Amino acid sequence: MMETRDGRSVAAGAGELPRLTAADVAKVAAQARLRFTDEELEQLSGQLSDILRMAAELKAVDTEGVEPTAHGIPVYNVMRDDIPVPSMPQADVLSGAPEAKDGYFKVPRILEEA
Amino acid sequence: MSVETKVEYEIVIGLEIHAELSTESKVFCGCRTTFGADPNSLVCPVCLGLPGSLPVLNRKAVEYAIKAGLALNCEIARYSKFDRKQYFYPDLPKAYQISQYDLPLCRNGWVEFEINGEVRRVGINRVHLEEEAGKSVHSGERLLGSEYSLIDYNRGGIPLIEIVTEPDLRSPEEARVFLEQLRQILLFTGVSDVKMEEGSLRCDANISLRPKGSTKFGAKTEVKNLNSFRSVQRALEYEAQRQREVLESGGTLYQETRHWDENRGVTVAMRSKEEAHDYRYFPEPDLVPLVVDEAWIERLRAELPELPRARQARFVEQYGLPRYDAEVLTTSPQLADFFEACVAEYGQAKPVSNWIMGEFLRLLKAEGKAVEQVQVSPKGLADLLRLIDQGVINANVGKEVFEEMFHTGKEPGAIVKERGLEQISDTAALAAIVDQVIAANPDAADNVRNGEMKAIGFLIGQVMKQTGGKANPKVVQALLRERLLGG
Repeated sequence: MMETRDGRSVAAGAGELPRLTAADVAKVAAQARLRFTDEELEQLSGQLSDILRMAAELKAVDTEGVEPTAHGIPVYNVMRDDIPVPSMPQADVLSGAPEAKDGYFKVPRILEEA
Repeated sequence: MSVETKVEYEIVIGLEIHAELSTESKVFCGCRTTFGADPNSLVCPVCLGLPGSLPVLNRKAVEYAIKAGLALNCEIARYSKFDRKQYFYPDLPKAYQISQYDLPLCRNGWVEFEINGEVRRVGINRVHLEEEAGKSVHSGERLLGSEYSLIDYNRGGIPLIEIVTEPDLRSPEEARVFLEQLRQILLFTGVSDVKMEEGSLRCDANISLRPKGSTKFGAKTEVKNLNSFRSVQRALEYEAQRQREVLESGGTLYQETRHWDENRGVTVAMRSKEEAHDYRYFPEPDLVPLVVDEAWIERLRAELPELPRARQARFVEQYGLPRYDAEVLTTSPQLADFFEACVAEYGQAKPVSNWIMGEFLRLLKAEGKAVEQVQVSPKGLADLLRLIDQGVINANVGKEVFEEMFHTGKEPGAIVKERGLEQISDTAALAAIVDQVIAANPDAADNVRNGEMKAIGFLIGQVMKQTGGKANPKVVQALLRERLLGG
């Protein structure tokens, strides 16, 4: 059982949610290429745990017989015809690049091979 | 004496194939898909992932993906959606690729191919629609002490289908033959130009070994950087041998990704970060779901052309061609169409097949041309064959005429007239030349008189030379026999 923000008690999930540790947050942060101090990780682990607990309230809803959905509005098949339109001028494309060379974006090499 | 029992291993292979779809514009924006344009000249805020831009799905890309699915005998999902696959790499400007995760457009298909006279069937797990990444050009130069890459985003956003097979392939050779068959199906279906050399068809392979008879899979290696059909087979042969050696020496295999080094002929382990494969998929909020109804599927199914294996079988059946001819003539839909158009004009199939497989393909290959770039019309080839049948020109001159038709598209009759290539069948005219040749080559003539028939070929050749190749060889031979052997 858990208590929602408005004080109701619901029979679901959040109680089963383990609290996020600083290490969990560090892992998620690394995947998003974010860097935090230890204090920030501590603070964020608390905040993220709260957010997850809040989202877990949805688990209380009876979804028996309800189709899963990825979108909230009943709109489907928004498509365009296969007709090319002009692209951006190359100079504009590269104008925001920190570095460019011969029409290419220039980036530090990422090593993935052995 | 010790008895060594050697474990026999079975090779298990599954392929992941990416094919670029032949749309005019990209999958989520209107930028052109032209290959080889100036770097970063075919990009816009959408395919660069600039803030505030929104994707809109290209209907044609969906139709091509469905057609590919139908050609691969898949079920088409009535409901599917797009998802974001997150990873960081410089060729991916949004830091996610729009792909399909749990609800792909096509599922549960199969492909049949033939190897060593046996028909094999490979399951198709799924076909889904996604966007291409940009292209990195790695430089050997150093940027502030470290190497750098150059990125061209023109390719980013070109529609792509990923085809995933079941692990049903049992040898590197099978993998290659299957891939060739798959390529041909996509080519005939017209959804992709499937050029491995331009990267519009790419293949990764999963391979593992297991003791024969076992139903459990061994630890698999994913092999990347397979740039040709040949390298698919070579890399898998190398990898099967490497895994066998590890197992036979008592070692353990781990799941890993390896890179095929074409020059050295080896696979090399790739260093990858621990979380590299946590793609954290979630539904793409900027695209609404896709609902495909029966009517749409049936309309697309009706547009599917006859597929390569069916067309081959029909060529054997309908035209009485040898299997080999049928295979060669169905290497591309354009070639098969050309063949059928020629037969419709000429009436007989085998002579047409001989000319196409001989002179036509020889010239195509020599000049690196595609069938549709060639000037020869089906009626032109039929007219040429008739000129030969009627004895107006001989077969050798026919080849000469054909070569000019190939380059200029002129009618064969006009070429023959213009260049005075009509065959000389007139006995009186040829007799004079035959007599000259006999007089000029007394030794060869004697040889023929003594029954050495090889020498008659030499004399015919001499007459041909005198007549610029235009003499009717049958008449010449008759005249020579008459004079030297008394008929």
